[in-house]
Amino acid sequence: MGGGEPLIWLQGLRKTYNAGLPNEEEVLHGIDLSIQPGEFTALIGPSGSGKSTLLNNIGLLEAASAGSYHLSGRDVTGFNDDERTYARHAVLGFIFQFHHLLPAFTALENVMMPGLIGQRRGAGIDGGRRPATDLRARATTLLDAVGLSKAYDKKPQELSGGMQQRVAIARALVQEPQLVLADEPTGNLDTATSDSIFALLRRFNREFGTALLIVTHDPRLAERCDRIVELVDGRIASDRANVVSQS
Amino acid sequence: MTALGFELTVALRFLREGRMQTALTVGGAGIGVAVIFFITAVLAGVQADLISRVTGAQPHIVVKPPEETVAPLIAGGVGLPRIFSLQARPQRLTTIDGWQSLLQTVEQTPGVRAVAPVASGSALGIKGDASRSVLLLGTELERYLRVVRLDDKISAGVLQLGPGDALIGIELAKDLGAVLGDRFRVQSAQGVSEVFRIRALLDLGSRELNRRYVYTDLRSAQSLLGIPGRVTNLDVSVLEMMKAEEVADRLRTQSGQLIEDWIQTNTFIFSAINNQNIMTTLIKVFISIVVVLGIASVLVVSVVQKRKEIGILRAVGATRQQMLRVFLWQGIMVGVAGALLGSVLGYLLIVVFSHVLRDAEGQALFSLVYDVQLIGIVVLAAAALGLLSAALPARNAARLDPAQAIRG
Repeated sequence: MGGGEPLIWLQGLRKTYNAGLPNEEEVLHGIDLSIQPGEFTALIGPSGSGKSTLLNNIGLLEAASAGSYHLSGRDVTGFNDDERTYARHAVLGFIFQFHHLLPAFTALENVMMPGLIGQRRGAGIDGGRRPATDLRARATTLLDAVGLSKAYDKKPQELSGGMQQRVAIARALVQEPQLVLADEPTGNLDTATSDSIFALLRRFNREFGTALLIVTHDPRLAERCDRIVELVDGRIASDRANVVSQS
Repeated sequence: MTALGFELTVALRFLREGRMQTALTVGGAGIGVAVIFFITAVLAGVQADLISRVTGAQPHIVVKPPEETVAPLIAGGVGLPRIFSLQARPQRLTTIDGWQSLLQTVEQTPGVRAVAPVASGSALGIKGDASRSVLLLGTELERYLRVVRLDDKISAGVLQLGPGDALIGIELAKDLGAVLGDRFRVQSAQGVSEVFRIRALLDLGSRELNRRYVYTDLRSAQSLLGIPGRVTNLDVSVLEMMKAEEVADRLRTQSGQLIEDWIQTNTFIFSAINNQNIMTTLIKVFISIVVVLGIASVLVVSVVQKRKEIGILRAVGATRQQMLRVFLWQGIMVGVAGALLGSVLGYLLIVVFSHVLRDAEGQALFSLVYDVQLIGIVVLAAAALGLLSAALPARNAARLDPAQAIRG
């Protein structure tokens, strides 16, 4: 990653669903966007504007229909499913609105899961990720950092919504990704909990230099990000730097 | 958690999470396996019993000298008068030429377990006023016991065939009014006679045999029948009973003698057993199919239930292949668990029914045919069936689009 090279670089990205069918629908109409390493960006817009689709495309959960996508300097536009999975595993972390933890596993196991997935795959394939041996140490450190040092062995259903979202944050960070994608991370939480979750994300952004792209409905939260990108009807309507008054 | 690797860990956890479903499928597979076990054991027992009853004192294969035939003096042909009838000549007591070397040849033929020389022919058993027509069989006891198991047919006495010793059927003893240790006289058609002491009474499995059989040592029989140094047949046992025909064919081409195998002489039993085997194989195949469908249907449902989890795992970096293996492992584990459960259930079934199912004489209809090797084979087969069952559900899991799966 050379000086000034963007972490995410989208050029004319389009996404069409049901291509060739009568119900064909283009959701993203040519998105040009770049995100620098360590940026803390909010993605806002009305529902149906294509925020989640854009997030899924950036997150390599879906492949774009047209345009190009460079992730961390690599052209990932034509990647097949396996290549997208490996790239996702190596560079990206996810936080979903409804935390999406695995109910059959404890908090600690949920956090370790991305590491476990990569454990027996070829070393080079994920771009030289760290060895599995310190996986447990990284996971416990993160759980401690999100304030769950007493909940290692709790199952998700034994935790409150805010606690579950903290576990999800720890899981998103365990592979030390360059970018964390968060889809309404505080969407179903009360204001106080939501503030503390947001503060946590901000803290990891500052401590680890992890870039974040946060989809949110909440203008109060968006105003606390460094940059606000607004999506309307599958197009970028505005993209502005935001000066945060105080943390 | 890290020791088992990702796929196995998640597979185990998913199975444990769906406790009820897992228990039901393992139970279903277990019952299927138990039934397969049970019918295998029952059939093996019943067939072994049937065969030993019918063929009881019969050797698997008998090597005899070729029948003497009458050769026509004028060969039939175009323009020659046809011969309308040939009168078969009466069959004398024929013996095998050079039987000692033939015995060695037969012994070394693949598939043969043991061979015994036998001199046999009709004679009269006489005791006091009673006289009965008997079949005299002179043999070398040690060799003969490896061909026909007389040791489990002893009704009284001990197996011992020195000169002057005889082993006779229990009915014959009754007819002659003789008991163990008594002496009786055997007189041959040639007019020679000799006195024997009864060393054992044998129950040969059928009234006809029990009424007629007299075993003596080879030399006594030879001199009674007027064929000193010679034998009338070689009795052979094979390693695999159901393959007696193959061995017989081999002997036929090798020896030039007349070869009779038990299958030839008991065609009906052989075909009955064969049909039984085909039917039970069909039943086993259908049970296996039902087990496969049972496991598969539960896994298909489980993939649907676990959509979101599969989506999460894919999002945090699991490949399609890894998801595929998570579900294949579940199939394998259910199959193996079912096989282990089925082995235990099957064993219990066999134990219970071996007490319930009894023949007319109150004997268990089948013995416990239950070897560890069979369990090993069944467990491996069940693992393979489980893998097969999981193929379709696992493919469904691998094909799930992660973005859609997470959306719910």
